[in-house]
Amino acid sequence: MKRNLPLLIAFVMGILFIIQFFVPHQWSQEMLTWGNKWIVIIGGISLLLGISSLIHFHYVQVKRSVPGWGYSLVMFGAFIIAITAGFLPSIIRWFLPPIAPDADPGKWLGFLPLYPGLEEGSPLFWIFLNGISPFMATMFSLIGFFIASAAFRAFRARSLEATLLLIAAVIIMLGQTPLGAMIWEKIPDIMVWIFNVPNTAAKRAILFGIAMGSIAFSIRIILGIERAYLGGKD
Amino acid sequence: MRTKIGFLIIALFISISSFPAFAQEVKALVTPENFTAFDTPNDAGKSISLTWLVSKNNDQEGVYYIIYASQGSSGPWTQVDKILSTTAYKSEAPQYFGLKESNNQYHFYEVTGIPGVVESITSTVYFKLAITDGDNTVEFPSVVSAAPEGNFFDTSKTNVLIFVLIFSFLIMFFISLARKNPNLFVRHIPGLDAIEETIGRATEMGRPILYLNGLLDMSSLSTIAATSILGKVAKKVANYDSQIKVPCYDPIVMSVCQEVVREAYLEAGRPDAFKQDNIFFITNDQFAYAAAVDGLIVRHKPAANLYMGYYYAESLLIAETGAATGAMQIAGTDSITQLPFFITTCDYTLMGEELYAASAYLSREPLQLGSLKGQDYSKAFIIIVLVVGAVLSTAGYTFVVNLFKTF
Repeated sequence: MKRNLPLLIAFVMGILFIIQFFVPHQWSQEMLTWGNKWIVIIGGISLLLGISSLIHFHYVQVKRSVPGWGYSLVMFGAFIIAITAGFLPSIIRWFLPPIAPDADPGKWLGFLPLYPGLEEGSPLFWIFLNGISPFMATMFSLIGFFIASAAFRAFRARSLEATLLLIAAVIIMLGQTPLGAMIWEKIPDIMVWIFNVPNTAAKRAILFGIAMGSIAFSIRIILGIERAYLGGKD
Repeated sequence: MRTKIGFLIIALFISISSFPAFAQEVKALVTPENFTAFDTPNDAGKSISLTWLVSKNNDQEGVYYIIYASQGSSGPWTQVDKILSTTAYKSEAPQYFGLKESNNQYHFYEVTGIPGVVESITSTVYFKLAITDGDNTVEFPSVVSAAPEGNFFDTSKTNVLIFVLIFSFLIMFFISLARKNPNLFVRHIPGLDAIEETIGRATEMGRPILYLNGLLDMSSLSTIAATSILGKVAKKVANYDSQIKVPCYDPIVMSVCQEVVREAYLEAGRPDAFKQDNIFFITNDQFAYAAAVDGLIVRHKPAANLYMGYYYAESLLIAETGAATGAMQIAGTDSITQLPFFITTCDYTLMGEELYAASAYLSREPLQLGSLKGQDYSKAFIIIVLVVGAVLSTAGYTFVVNLFKTF
């Protein structure tokens, strides 16, 4: 039963949503909306699961003094600050007398911004703007340096393929800059040809493979042939 | 004198008639023909389509069609829209009318509501059509009507259905063939053959194995494929008495992974060695996840990193950090944009369909291998169609290309 019920659900829902793709009727649209709503509901509930796992994992890290346990303390600190910043304005507004309808909650009590949630001006928004956003930008910027080091390794012309890659990369890089056209006016045209012909052909070949693979994999799941994602024996 | 006046009048007439504004022949407005209303095909049942033949006045500047609608045959009439006579052709809606050349000879307009009367159409609506050049307006003599109905099959997807059925038939045929003859040949995939080697290497070095499932949730095929491969990898890890760490991006994926790894350890006869804490949730923020995984790689220095599933910009951040620590790395993704990064930084990369094939390949189960065989024959079919289509298109026959168009 533990394995057969999920397999039955996968079969019924798989067939239903294949049919749904070809049926434009209102009933079919409503079924799709219903399915999407369930995905959102399950996703929302699963967040609790994630938070409990996160707390448990870092608690164990600290308790066992695993190397790097200090980072777990940082996580707990950030977690508490973010939760407090998110809920505090609503809690204060709940307990204290209501704000006058025309008063700006951002200047309430003279200093305390009381916008709730992620609204502009709220404490959580401040954390997002001055903490999370710069952190994300930092990580994203690192990609530039990582591309340089990965390219250095990839572009060593040790084989025919690597040499072709190197030549193509040099043409693309030159074609993207004014220097390319200054060296030879045809370089930007060659760059466009590389993009549009060999590059697109290879991409489409991979896409065809992915499409075929998706169909075969889906059939295996719907028919219950592929059941490794449920765990246990195939 | 008379002769001079006569010449002047003729000269004036010639000069006036040669002036462009007067040179154009002003045609009398003709009512558009074949004005029809019908339920819009292939829809949920909330619109009505109108078509009519292109008017003889279409080549004149400033000619418009005016569409009126009413819930009763005798009015009151509400203007639905005023459209320029050189716009709104049937050919602009191939999802309803196909790719026939004659579609250029008809106008098409889809009505979903009557402004100020009803937001969406649910019952019979009456329509009138008029043509205007700004000064004069001529109405089409008769009133047409139609009621919207929901359709049970989208005819514009017929080609998709046929090809899905062909490919499904091929795959199922080879699955049934595999029941009779289990010794099917499937080509070697070096990235999957190397999994055993990476686990052995990690065991010898006494370091853990890092396994990532990508950044999509359980509704994605690539994540399902990644969790399927995880089961096979975890079983080998349990047999080797090594350790596997699975940091997750999604809580549902995490709980599925916990179950998959637990079952794999049970199957290997090592339930005591299973540690649930090794499969944990980090965050569902892209770069925070990348930072946490990078930290894990740097601190724990896994001997082998396996990146399966779908990735975005964080792929290089993670894989390059792994390469810097000297770990053996195997990636498998159907994210075309991230493939070059994985190929550059990993020892082996499963490209696109190889990710989906991995579970079948590792299990060596005949039924699953049969589906791989069917997949290969489907690709052969596509290649033949591509070659034939390219030849015919070059010769000017485009019907093969049109067969594959989706709307």
